[in-house]
Amino acid sequence: MELLEKNMFMDNTRLELKSIYKNFGNVVALKNISMTTNSGQINCILGDNGAGKSTLVNIISGVFKQSKGQYKINGETVSFLNPLDAINAGISTVYQSLAIIPILSIYRNFFLGQEPIKNNIFKTFDKDFATTTTTQQLKKFDINIEDPKRMAGTLSGGERQILAISRALYFGAKILILDEPTSALGVKESNKVVEQITNLKKQNINVILISHNIDQAFMLGDNFFVIKNGDLVAQLEKSETSAKSLRKILEK
Amino acid sequence: MQGVKSYLQVSSEIGILAVGVALLMISGEFDLSIGSLIGFSSMLITLLTVEGNMSIPLASLCSLLLTIFVGYCNGLTVVKSGLPSFIITLGSLFIVRGLTIAVSKIITGRTQLGGISESSGYNFMSSLFSSNLTISGVDFPISILWWILFVIAGYFLLNHTQIGNWIFATGASKESSMLMGIPVNQVKISLFIFTAFCAWFISIIQVITYGGADVLRGEQKEFIAIIAAVIGGTLLTGGYGSILGVMIGALIFGMVKQGIIFAGVDADWFQVFMGVMLVSAVLVNGTFRKKYVHG
Repeated sequence: MELLEKNMFMDNTRLELKSIYKNFGNVVALKNISMTTNSGQINCILGDNGAGKSTLVNIISGVFKQSKGQYKINGETVSFLNPLDAINAGISTVYQSLAIIPILSIYRNFFLGQEPIKNNIFKTFDKDFATTTTTQQLKKFDINIEDPKRMAGTLSGGERQILAISRALYFGAKILILDEPTSALGVKESNKVVEQITNLKKQNINVILISHNIDQAFMLGDNFFVIKNGDLVAQLEKSETSAKSLRKILEK
Repeated sequence: MQGVKSYLQVSSEIGILAVGVALLMISGEFDLSIGSLIGFSSMLITLLTVEGNMSIPLASLCSLLLTIFVGYCNGLTVVKSGLPSFIITLGSLFIVRGLTIAVSKIITGRTQLGGISESSGYNFMSSLFSSNLTISGVDFPISILWWILFVIAGYFLLNHTQIGNWIFATGASKESSMLMGIPVNQVKISLFIFTAFCAWFISIIQVITYGGADVLRGEQKEFIAIIAAVIGGTLLTGGYGSILGVMIGALIFGMVKQGIIFAGVDADWFQVFMGVMLVSAVLVNGTFRKKYVHG
């Protein structure tokens, strides 16, 4: 764990897409997308519903494979078989609605699919480790829970998003894709999540933020990628643009 | 003590089935074919020993392989088709029962078959599956001990292993589980195999205890096992349940069933009572789920 934390501050994890195309039958979902994102930055992908944002995210996170083009991490071409493959390579996605299972306890959610195993003959699930680790990790994100055995459904919407983010980081995510992390939340909950997303920069995470909310994205983001009808129509740094002009590009 | 013995005996058979049924329900699926699998497996064992001159342990092993193969087919069909397991296994309920009756009639001309107690290996099997344990002067059937072992194993699996976490998660949200890399299809298929295994286990107890088989063995057991699981707190929608709860569900079932007879009430009222219990349990469980899902 110590080693991991040390590495976090040293490494840059660069994601590169080169001329990515994606077809579903005759439908062209993505056309010639090229982009690069780096650690310590929040990279926003903006676009309307159906613009191709989800398709792009699904390619990055290993759900789909691109029809054409190159996908590279730190200069090496990668090809993921499934999302777990991508997670193991340090690319995690926090999905809007599917991040957390409400009728499963908090610690069981935290370790879902990567349960710590005790070294005994029965290979039992190490619950003591799981509960204490969950409490500790959430504390890092300003969430204090007395009882990690509670159902995750009792957490607020923002806390659930943060639980999913802290889980991804704990399991070594270097590239974190956040799919509309605040769209289902109220103002107060939304602010909590925004604060934690900003902190991810300090932890040297390569954040890819998918958003509808242009004002919020502009406030958080360093780089902006605007997608329209499967095309990357604009690629801007924060200094080159404003929320207003981003909105203009989107609505043009 | 005689009364206790009487209801524990009823509870134990339902309890063993209910462990498998509950685990499968927690993973989000049903198996309605287990009742007819009991008939199928017990008839197969009896046919192989009485007509085929096999020893009982060997016949049981053959039956085990075929029974869990049916469980595997159930699971595979459900997973591959994406259709509700309720419908798929309702189909296999009739297919298996029909085949058992038809094939038994072709081979023996009858639907009941006895005489297994003369076959080789009977004493060995009998000591394992139908002997008695004497506690304070009363003979308790060994099936109670088996029931306890099933409960312990099921409880351990569900609560203290990685697979247990996968079972909960698969039933609560298949999509989320898949995104977290859980092999949901394998989890489900394995649990269909396990319910079939439980049905096979009950068929052995019955064949040895009654010395033979009847093609109608296990009728309605699929429903009773589901009722026990639901009374024990298992959610019909999957994702939540407790093996200890299910044990209590089976216990309540046995107590009510035998209690009504001991109390001198007409046994016809038993079904009414079970129906009311089932509906009440479902309502309570549903309220519980809402409370957590909607904050």
